[in-house]
Amino acid sequence: MRAVLTVVGKDTVGILAKVSSICAEYNANVMDVTQTVMQDLFAMTMLIDINKLKIGFSEFSDKLKNAGSDMGLQIHVMHEDIFNSMHRI
Amino acid sequence: MLNSSDILETIKMIQEENLDIRTITMGISLIDCIDSDINKACDKVYDKICRKAEKLVSTGEDIEKEYGIPIINKRISVTPIAIVSAAAKGSPVLFAKALQKAAETTGVNFIGGYSALVQKGFSAGDKELIDSIPEALAVTSNVCSSVNIGSTKAGINMDAVRLMGSIIKQSAEKTADNYCFGAAKLVVFCNAPEDNPFMAGAFHGVGEYDCEINVGVSGPGVVRAAVAKHPDANISEIADVIKKTAFKITRMGQLVGTQASKRLGVPFGIVDLSLAPTPAIGDSVAHILEEIGLESCGTHGTTAALALLNDAVKKGGVMASSHVGGLSGAFIPVSEDAGMINAVENGSLSLEKLEAMTAVCSVGLDMIVVPGDTDVDTIAAIIADEAAIGMVNSKTTAVRIIPAVGKKVGETLEFGGLFGSGPVMPVNKFSSSKFINRGGRIPAPLQSLKN
Repeated sequence: MRAVLTVVGKDTVGILAKVSSICAEYNANVMDVTQTVMQDLFAMTMLIDINKLKIGFSEFSDKLKNAGSDMGLQIHVMHEDIFNSMHRI
Repeated sequence: MLNSSDILETIKMIQEENLDIRTITMGISLIDCIDSDINKACDKVYDKICRKAEKLVSTGEDIEKEYGIPIINKRISVTPIAIVSAAAKGSPVLFAKALQKAAETTGVNFIGGYSALVQKGFSAGDKELIDSIPEALAVTSNVCSSVNIGSTKAGINMDAVRLMGSIIKQSAEKTADNYCFGAAKLVVFCNAPEDNPFMAGAFHGVGEYDCEINVGVSGPGVVRAAVAKHPDANISEIADVIKKTAFKITRMGQLVGTQASKRLGVPFGIVDLSLAPTPAIGDSVAHILEEIGLESCGTHGTTAALALLNDAVKKGGVMASSHVGGLSGAFIPVSEDAGMINAVENGSLSLEKLEAMTAVCSVGLDMIVVPGDTDVDTIAAIIADEAAIGMVNSKTTAVRIIPAVGKKVGETLEFGGLFGSGPVMPVNKFSSSKFINRGGRIPAPLQSLKN
């Protein structure tokens, strides 16, 4: 299963490093990353493979969410299919 | 990889515009629970519901977490209880209690189907069930009831209409100390759909699968936000914007429905393409109409704007789903929609205008609070008017009206939660009693020579 991880918030140093270290800690493989900074707003989307995740998906999602709120960022992890079904015919 | 702006659009819809799956409803047939011993029948009903819906709530929660989309309600609809209770001697209220117990065991929000279908006449069990509705709704908290009193093919059963006027009033009176909530769990239909996932009118029709999953989507906030991005577009362009948005919303419903059906091992029935508002700020159908260009919902032009909205939602949604059914359209409940409440309070929206609006959209007079001293024949006549609109236009219409015991026009009845609050609306003060008390049936209308 692949999931889409999004990070939105104010740009600061070390966002990518922090998020990818959490992914590495729980064995989520980062497959693709895109990021943009518009004025001060940082927006990153990451495609991750979570087949070999060490913990449950919802626990993983909560860990990222909490790490995000510590840095003033909104982090969401959602199954890839929701975007595929919504935006592709 | 997916386009980042598409990803962010989806997240914005969920986070800021209240996009959600309003309900996953499991339809369960109780035909095989019929027994002449009422206690045995009730046990069978309880056992079958608990067996089939054991994992409904947990599966819904799993999908919610995995896909990051809120699923607000997990519900159950069952075969109209009048069919099941007909063979058994005893009070049908026992079935309502069995349904309540099953709702508590499975953890669902509501269970619908304390229902009777009497569009032409009363068959065995129907009358007893309808008479027991006020008590059944008073002694249970999660059981919903509906009665179909008319259809395009059968006409309108005016004896049932008269009876329902009184049943609605009794349901409100029996729950007077609980915001008259009994009446909020009771819907009177014309052309009731058999696969509707929305409460309080959900029941599981006899032509359906033994067990199936139906999904109701929502998203008035998303549609409003999409329309707001096009302040200078003409109406053709607005219709296209709504269609595209409805497509996206419905795709999510289709995905959740197929996933739930796969995980629970039951067939996927339909997606109900409805714009179901909630009292939350920004989740209002009235606000979409206002965004299209009306100063306040209910003013001249409201019916036209609603017709456009309703049609565009269906056109966009139909392509997004393999099977569409249920009520499918924009809901215009008063108490559950912040914009509607506001429109009633500022005087722009009246009962008469709401009735006109129901001719072009889904459902009917929904969650409308009227004075507690409203005559039962007047309530029946409101039902008859609404049923006539449904019958003649070959569409579903419904009445869910709450006589607020002890309250007068200008006061407000507070329900709380998803049900919101309803300003008490005035009704016409002239009598309809003679018309209602004639009884009999309104014959089915012509299906040609339409003008």
